Amino acid sequence: MDSITVTDLVKHYGDYIAVNGITFAVPKGEIFGFLGPNGAGKTTTINVLCTLIKPTAGAATVNGYDVHTQRSEVRRSIGLVFQEPTLDDYLTAEQNLLFHAYAYGVPRAARKERMRELLTLVELWDKRKQKIRTYSGGMRRRLELARGLLHHPDVLFLDEPTLGLDPQTRRRIWDYILDLREREQLTIFLTTHYMDEAEHCERIGIIDNGEIVALDTPDRLKDAVGGDLVTLKTEDNAAAKRELHEQYRVQPQIEDGTVQFAVPHGDEFLPKLLRSFSQRIVSIGLRRPTLDDVFLKLTGHAIRNDEPSTRQQMIETVARRWGGR
Amino acid sequence: MAEVYRGLWVVAYRELLRFTQDRPRMVSSFAFPLMFLLIFGAGFSNIIGTLTPGVEFMMFMYPGIIAMSVLTNSLFAGVSIVWDREFGFLKEVLVAPISRTGVVLGKALGGSMVALGQTIVLLALAPFMGLTVTPLLLLKLIPTVAIVSLCLSSLGILVASRMRSQQGFQVVIQALIFPLIFLAGVFFPISSTPDWLQVISKINPLTYGVDAIRQVFLGDALAAATAASGREGIALGVTLFDHTMSAGEDLLVMALLGIVLMSAAIWAFSRQE
Repeated sequence: MDSITVTDLVKHYGDYIAVNGITFAVPKGEIFGFLGPNGAGKTTTINVLCTLIKPTAGAATVNGYDVHTQRSEVRRSIGLVFQEPTLDDYLTAEQNLLFHAYAYGVPRAARKERMRELLTLVELWDKRKQKIRTYSGGMRRRLELARGLLHHPDVLFLDEPTLGLDPQTRRRIWDYILDLREREQLTIFLTTHYMDEAEHCERIGIIDNGEIVALDTPDRLKDAVGGDLVTLKTEDNAAAKRELHEQYRVQPQIEDGTVQFAVPHGDEFLPKLLRSFSQRIVSIGLRRPTLDDVFLKLTGHAIRNDEPSTRQQMIETVARRWGGR
Repeated sequence: MAEVYRGLWVVAYRELLRFTQDRPRMVSSFAFPLMFLLIFGAGFSNIIGTLTPGVEFMMFMYPGIIAMSVLTNSLFAGVSIVWDREFGFLKEVLVAPISRTGVVLGKALGGSMVALGQTIVLLALAPFMGLTVTPLLLLKLIPTVAIVSLCLSSLGILVASRMRSQQGFQVVIQALIFPLIFLAGVFFPISSTPDWLQVISKINPLTYGVDAIRQVFLGDALAAATAASGREGIALGVTLFDHTMSAGEDLLVMALLGIVLMSAAIWAFSRQE
């Protein structure tokens, strides 16, 4: 059975097309990821799936419930961790979880036990009586993960679950996510623009400008690049490019003063090349393709480096918090 | 229906929890009316003294200050929506399996309960105003304050439901709050103002809330003063087309307006994406 189905989903904001007719399905128990730059339509898709916004056209179901006509059933069966924090800073961790348990109608008998179990899992049990204001970014994210699972959802949505966190904390968060999935038999739908994070997914949908440009396992997506990537620097790159094309039937490109091309079984190809290549080689490199290369090949542009805008967002958030009270 | 009910109580519960954990807000919401009582009381009671036989100026102003505190506390129900939106918590509320109607009702109920609690704290000052708090007075006061504050909470939520920033909300609320308070007969009887101001005051819904609360406190003294107003002193009640409003009629105005505002607030809040 599919946990999520999306059929020809379209969402317009006025003239702006956020999602332009996407179709996909996520089977039960899978970790499925949406990879793409900011503004590609990832969050819009999540917002439709979690019933926060109405689609302009198309249909979607979550756990077999229609996201438009069976909103409450959908909401009850999903857990969410949003991109931006959604905790009440002025309450304690325990009070935040209690609010959630009440709002989702978690039975009284199960409430205490479940809270203890999840808080222990994300290592916040000792800090449950602290106000969220005193929590670090990583602690908040962990608490949100625990909160999202409090009502035993079947599908967990994670919108950029590690955005703005340091590498160590990111790794920890991922340990929890993978651990949780083992225990809870969850379907996980996540969005990210971090390539390494996408590698954790069983299948990835690559999304750009509101459209899915590819959807497969990370390995098969990388295979589609055409094998391993060779970067070659020679004294005459133009001549090298010509020779590579004519003699070895590869499609080289000159970029940043190097000749680059993809070739199957690069480890076997390189010795052959070195033996008979006529140009003087300055340096040579070989690597497995990354999802970055996949994205570049499919869309013709790299995933835009989002760090400055992310930082800008954080600065704005901080400024608002200071100005707020 | 279960989702309306669950939304109502869980949101109201949080509203109360937030209030009790926010000491500065608790203190300031008590200090503000106290300050008004002290300053205006000290400044005016010597000059004005007795308004009409049996009604001292402080006895007149005190219920008005209570109404003012109800107004500010009720509007706070709206502020919390804007806060929640800015700080992200609103999303947690919006994706929960609770109805939007329940959320609005819960915010209003939470705001009213805070206003009611505030009123009861302010009752501690009644003896200093020459008023006695009897069980009967409490019995009348609690539903009166509840109706007035539910009505005004709905107004706050209506304004807040479309507001994106606290700054925007503050501007609108400040622009509302001062005319509402000063033209509601909190500090002076509206019958003593020029005709054009009286017209505005009688359109101001808070006027009826203030009058209802005042009648609960002053009861017979107010009626007697109004009846005697032709001969000595001034009318203290609200007269609409030669008819002096009773507390019940005042509350009816508040209740009807409350239903309209509440419906509008639910509509506006549910419409958002």
